[in-house]
Amino acid sequence: MNLDKRIATRQSYGEALVELGKVNKDVVVLDADLSTATKTNMFAKEFPNRFFDMGIAEQDMIGTAAGFATCGKIPYASTFAVFAAGRAYDQVRNGVAYPNLNVKICATHAGVTVGEDGATHQMLEDIGMMRGVPNMTVISPSDDIQTKWVIKEISKIDGPVYVRLSRYATPVIYDKNEKFEIGKAVQIGKGRDCTIFATGDTVAEALIAKDLLEKKGKFVRVVDIHTIKPIDVDTILRCAKETDKLISVEDHNVIGGLGTAIADVLAEHNPKRLVKLGINDSFGKSGKASELMHYFKIDSRAIVDSVLK
Amino acid sequence: MKIVSVQALENIAKDVRKGIIEQVYSAQSGHPGGSLSCADILTVLYFNQMNINPNDPYAKSRDRLVLSKGHCSPALYAVLAKKGYFEEKKLREFRKLGGLLQGHPDMKAIPGVDMSSGSLGQGLSIANGMALNSKMDKLGYRVYCVLGDGEIEEGQIWEAAMTACKYKLDNLCVIIDNNNLQIDGTIKDVKGMEDIEGKFEKFGFNVIIVNGHNISSLIEAFNKARQVKGKPTAIVAITTKGKGVSFMEDNAEWHGKAPNDEQYKIAMDELDDKKE
Repeated sequence: MNLDKRIATRQSYGEALVELGKVNKDVVVLDADLSTATKTNMFAKEFPNRFFDMGIAEQDMIGTAAGFATCGKIPYASTFAVFAAGRAYDQVRNGVAYPNLNVKICATHAGVTVGEDGATHQMLEDIGMMRGVPNMTVISPSDDIQTKWVIKEISKIDGPVYVRLSRYATPVIYDKNEKFEIGKAVQIGKGRDCTIFATGDTVAEALIAKDLLEKKGKFVRVVDIHTIKPIDVDTILRCAKETDKLISVEDHNVIGGLGTAIADVLAEHNPKRLVKLGINDSFGKSGKASELMHYFKIDSRAIVDSVLK
Repeated sequence: MKIVSVQALENIAKDVRKGIIEQVYSAQSGHPGGSLSCADILTVLYFNQMNINPNDPYAKSRDRLVLSKGHCSPALYAVLAKKGYFEEKKLREFRKLGGLLQGHPDMKAIPGVDMSSGSLGQGLSIANGMALNSKMDKLGYRVYCVLGDGEIEEGQIWEAAMTACKYKLDNLCVIIDNNNLQIDGTIKDVKGMEDIEGKFEKFGFNVIIVNGHNISSLIEAFNKARQVKGKPTAIVAITTKGKGVSFMEDNAEWHGKAPNDEQYKIAMDELDDKKE
């Protein structure tokens, strides 16, 4: 697998929005003074009448999006994950999810891979928060191709969706003809020594680890869990049965995120030990994205060590 | 079918007040004070002003109302029932398991409710989204948003106020139910809230101050708001919390308390004009 080409999923999002805007006139886009960072500025340039800059007012942005949705529009509301899920949590919960409104919350800059901005801007709890909200679909795409598919696909879901996107340019994993399905994980490889469950920007790290491990005689499979809610119970249980070891790895707090979601499935159906790699209930810090992935032990090296341990 | 007779509207408002007491009494729970203070406002809007049809509650071009102070749902429910969105006997299911009427407005279940609400401070943003949609698609409908005077302590209201003015939402009319009381006391004591009209004016609203219990003044204010172009209107409606039931009037204690049997009877008698 060639992982040399790198694109940040926020960039893929911006491009996908423009394509979606051309075919779906109901799509409107809202941002909170971050359109150059979330890449919604591409949509704004193409469709100025369907773009709304709400200023530094995330709660107001989510509310306005909800208002649009009550009238049949399909609003895509974007800001950094820390503000979308954090600052505007109550607006998402009570204003969007409770009335089951068709608002797509596309949150960029998730995880420690935000990098230099540091802890205040590195959202590590959003999967846990959004997963606990009824009616919400939670998606964390892993690369450019999958993100472009997700952005288009969620316009067909009638209900709220939270999409977790990254600032960091990560490898392009999939061929552009790859087929995905909401709620269906993607299994890469058939190794039986270990399953590495990953999501978002850790999927590429897991794939690098997979190659390194093969050279050491360990054969693993990587399961890209792009949909965290509803989670793919069947694939998790099948992999738990077919492989000796289970590891989850995420750019998120180990409390409440991908690992917790998998542990929920295992505990309910077929208990088996799961090693959770993620941010160990701490805040992030400033640094380069790649350095931070190493520091917090969610990079390929940490995955290799964990499989071999 | 718009009702223009002030006398007829006053009679409807009286029935709405009885409906409020009926709901809170039968549930032994709910918020009578703020519901009674906005009863006249909602009566005038639904029976005299808004372009709506109970037989077609989801029409694209209908006028919309967001009751941002969602805990005053009894007032909205009483008006909607009276208007024919659902049977009046449903009012007795208020706040009961299996009943139609949730403690706070639920747009998914209740016909005529344009937006779910309950968490304060959110309704104006939502009303803005609706008003923007009206302009974008040239649907010509108006949007009304009822706020509490305590509610505007929430910061999101002022985020939304900026948005409404930025986009020149002259199809938006905000009504502040200025009954002066919130749970812990007067709005001045609790948060130092003064000069509501000045605040909205500085944000860029056309502001009208009106007696919120005078039907003809309310009609006049809403008609004036329609004429204003290029900016949203904020109507500061001076009201009395608990209006219409003597022992509830201007008493913060009745913010969220249900009457007992005796109090219920007194309240209903007063509203029936059986006692002066």
